[in-house]
Amino acid sequence: MSEMYKTAVIGDSASVSGFAALGLSVFRETDPAEISKLINRLAANGFGVIYITEPAAALVSDTIKKYRSRKLPSIVLIPAIEGNTGDGMRSLHEAVEKAVGSDILK
Amino acid sequence: MARLNVNPTRMELSSLKKKLASAQRGHKLLKDKRDELMRQFMNMIKENKQLRSEVEQGIAEANRYMAVAGSVMQREALETALMLPKQEVELDVSEKNVMSVYIPVFDAKYRTSDPDDIYSYGTAFTSVDLDGAVSALSKIFPKMIRLAEIEKACQLMADEIEKTRRRVNALEHIMIPDYQETIKFITMKLSENERSTTTSLMKVKDMVLKQSHDFK
Repeated sequence: MSEMYKTAVIGDSASVSGFAALGLSVFRETDPAEISKLINRLAANGFGVIYITEPAAALVSDTIKKYRSRKLPSIVLIPAIEGNTGDGMRSLHEAVEKAVGSDILK
Repeated sequence: MARLNVNPTRMELSSLKKKLASAQRGHKLLKDKRDELMRQFMNMIKENKQLRSEVEQGIAEANRYMAVAGSVMQREALETALMLPKQEVELDVSEKNVMSVYIPVFDAKYRTSDPDDIYSYGTAFTSVDLDGAVSALSKIFPKMIRLAEIEKACQLMADEIEKTRRRVNALEHIMIPDYQETIKFITMKLSENERSTTTSLMKVKDMVLKQSHDFK
């Protein structure tokens, strides 16, 4: 069983423009309510992977949490142009803590 | 430990014994499941961590190029150059069953397979740094796809491990001891009843003997 899915990138214009060249659907959005709506809309419309910049993700952490336990879409944090905030790694540590009981990756 | 609220009858006893046996079997199975999930999770999380730092480095490199390109080119020119991509990506999503956790598997299909054929613009009016940004991104992209896949897998497995661990603990520390205590209680109660029946029988026998033989 397999279906074709699309890939999206959400974030501020400077950080995500480059992904357009790879043929990903690029959404330049910085307003929390709009990002949240956008994620819901993408999830319902055949997007399998959504890359979102860390600053943008920090604005809509509730929406992202909602999709964590679903099979699709996979929402992945990527560093924005201003640099790496470490949020992406932190979510990894959270998963370990949840599964193991304590963070053993440190 | 709390004893279950049941009547101390033989029927209850046998049904409780059956429940205990299946609880113990379930406990063993779940424990095995938890251990195996944990083993696979540890492998995945290691790969996940590695991939994430590679991807973050790759994107940081692309962003450096992009920052330079953004400063030497006009914003509009930059956007226009990237507006009509040559490359197109579609994801073929299937699923894999790992210890009854269904994790997605992504297979990216590209329209152009040639890595030099991804530039959607002529080189006359764009900065060379833009080429660098695009090429850095396209180099890291397969890893980004794998990262999306493995990150989702890790999240789903973390959920499942947590659930399984709760089940194992509930069985081990609550259900099984409760059953054992209740079974013990019923057994005691039943043998107590038995003893009391025996004593009263002996008493009755004495009385009957005394009556029929009338001896003192």
